[in-house]
Amino acid sequence: MTATLTAPAATRGLVEITGVRKSFGAIEVLKGVSLTVEPGGVAVIVGPSGSGKSTLLRTINHLEKVDGGHITIDGKLVGYEARGDRLHELHEKEILKQRTEIGMVFQNFNLFPHLTALENVAEAPVVAHQPGKARRSKAEARRRGLELLDRVGLKDRADAYPRQLSGGQQQRVAIARALALDPKILLFDEPTSALDPELVNEVLDVIRELATSGTTLIIVTHEMGFARDVADTVVFMDQGQIVEQGSPQQIFSNPQEPRTRSFFSKVLEPAFNI
Amino acid sequence: MSSAAMKVAQSHRTEPSAADAPPAKGSARDGAVARQAPDYSSYRVVAAKHPWRWVGTAVVALGVFAVAWSLASNPRWEWGVVAQWFTAQSVVKGLVETLKLTAISGILGFVLGFILALMRLSASPLLVSVSWTFSWIFRSTPLLVQMLLWYNLGYLYEKISLGLPFTDVRFFEVQTTTLISQFAAAVLGLTLNQAAYSAEIIRGGILSVDQGQLEAAAALGIPAWRRSTRIVLPQAMRAILPTAFNEIIGLVKGTSIVYVLAYSELFYTVQVIYNRTQQVLPLLLVATLWYVVITSVLSVFQYYIERHYSKGAVRNLPLTPLQKARKFFATHAAVPTRRNI
Repeated sequence: MTATLTAPAATRGLVEITGVRKSFGAIEVLKGVSLTVEPGGVAVIVGPSGSGKSTLLRTINHLEKVDGGHITIDGKLVGYEARGDRLHELHEKEILKQRTEIGMVFQNFNLFPHLTALENVAEAPVVAHQPGKARRSKAEARRRGLELLDRVGLKDRADAYPRQLSGGQQQRVAIARALALDPKILLFDEPTSALDPELVNEVLDVIRELATSGTTLIIVTHEMGFARDVADTVVFMDQGQIVEQGSPQQIFSNPQEPRTRSFFSKVLEPAFNI
Repeated sequence: MSSAAMKVAQSHRTEPSAADAPPAKGSARDGAVARQAPDYSSYRVVAAKHPWRWVGTAVVALGVFAVAWSLASNPRWEWGVVAQWFTAQSVVKGLVETLKLTAISGILGFVLGFILALMRLSASPLLVSVSWTFSWIFRSTPLLVQMLLWYNLGYLYEKISLGLPFTDVRFFEVQTTTLISQFAAAVLGLTLNQAAYSAEIIRGGILSVDQGQLEAAAALGIPAWRRSTRIVLPQAMRAILPTAFNEIIGLVKGTSIVYVLAYSELFYTVQVIYNRTQQVLPLLLVATLWYVVITSVLSVFQYYIERHYSKGAVRNLPLTPLQKARKFFATHAAVPTRRNI
């Protein structure tokens, strides 16, 4: 896997992160991170907590503004517009438009509790402006919403409110909601960390299925077995930097950096450590 | 709860203790194989007795009866006078004025309060400080003073005009005393005061909504206005409503303060009457009873509006008192054919 090499003319969902820096107060959480994810690729970011994984993920859809460096999607800058030799910050309306091409799934689901599962999924397609697409009618959004709920195995719970669903079911609704705008890229921020162990797999199965769909996936997770299974690039981050990246085979079985090795020796159960 | 379900629930609670039960043989380890527990399935369930609950109920019932009796039997309450004035034309006219003042200043107050709350939460330091100062001033001045100030605005500014500042161009000019009637002064005073309080209530409600909700909405590309109205406000309403209804109920009675402007709402009307007839207590009772009626109606509204906004906040909505009553009569009614719950 050669995800780090620059890709030829990208079709759909090429993510290029270049020298991204971000500080919260005096603490620099991203210290010049560069990463390329191919269209349709699956990149899994692992690393100790506080290493900047989630922050990196949140900069990709501009939920977090970068202090330095830049991010492009299919060659187009995220959050900024280049005019002359300056980067002009985009207005919120434009940023919202860009975000419709990037779906995001949160650790705590963040479903809208006062809307049913179907209403959660069908909300954005009706009101969000998508570049080059007309907004959907309500009926059309509901029809598509039911399709997506069917895809995550929850068609029969369409009228349930999030609190009436289990954690795993809520996260599957959240995935359906993220898919509703047909994004090029899907970001997963520790999608199974808030789940009971027996509910983790139902969510991972849905993500596994997405991994073959041609959508670019960037996943932050602590599920190492899943990472090994689904990733074509594994990225190990520590202290705001990418320490090492490569195929799951390389990173899990033959890590080169001592920091990577010491991390995996703590988190990998012997069964996984072939 | 249906009576069948009740019995099931009780049977759990009244299971005989180990001491009562015949001794079971065999250790816990081989319990699965040789089950020695006696068969209780033919036993009759006896509900637990709560004698002290009955004593408490009796004491309270006695107290309630004593109060009711004294209200009914003491001739000084003059219930006849109360009944005579309760629906008198002048009193009803005053009541309408009270309702009008409450509705207008309530609605205007909350609209202005919403704007002030948004200003307070905005990123502009000027908007934040203007909103803060507004609340500060109107929460620190007594309503009575505000009311008299607005009514006497003509003393401070003889004329009110609209024109280009620092020039002599005037589009419109009017005597302040003509513009600010008693009604206008009352509405102005009540509205601005209400806005200062409701701004804080609405702001508190908005702050109570989890930040993740806004993030999720922003990540989905939902436009800002839609985010506020569809995602944040419906959730904020749960925190806003109980306090907002407190405020509105307070406002109903708060309108009585406009008697200082000799504005003939309910309280002022009653005062005028008892100054003439000297039946002070019965007439105050007339006004009080009307306030009770308004508050009761508002409380019913509050219950159903809160219920509407608790959609999704609880797993299953509890039955309303009406639904409970209907269910009770459906299951306990003498005629068993009417089972339309």
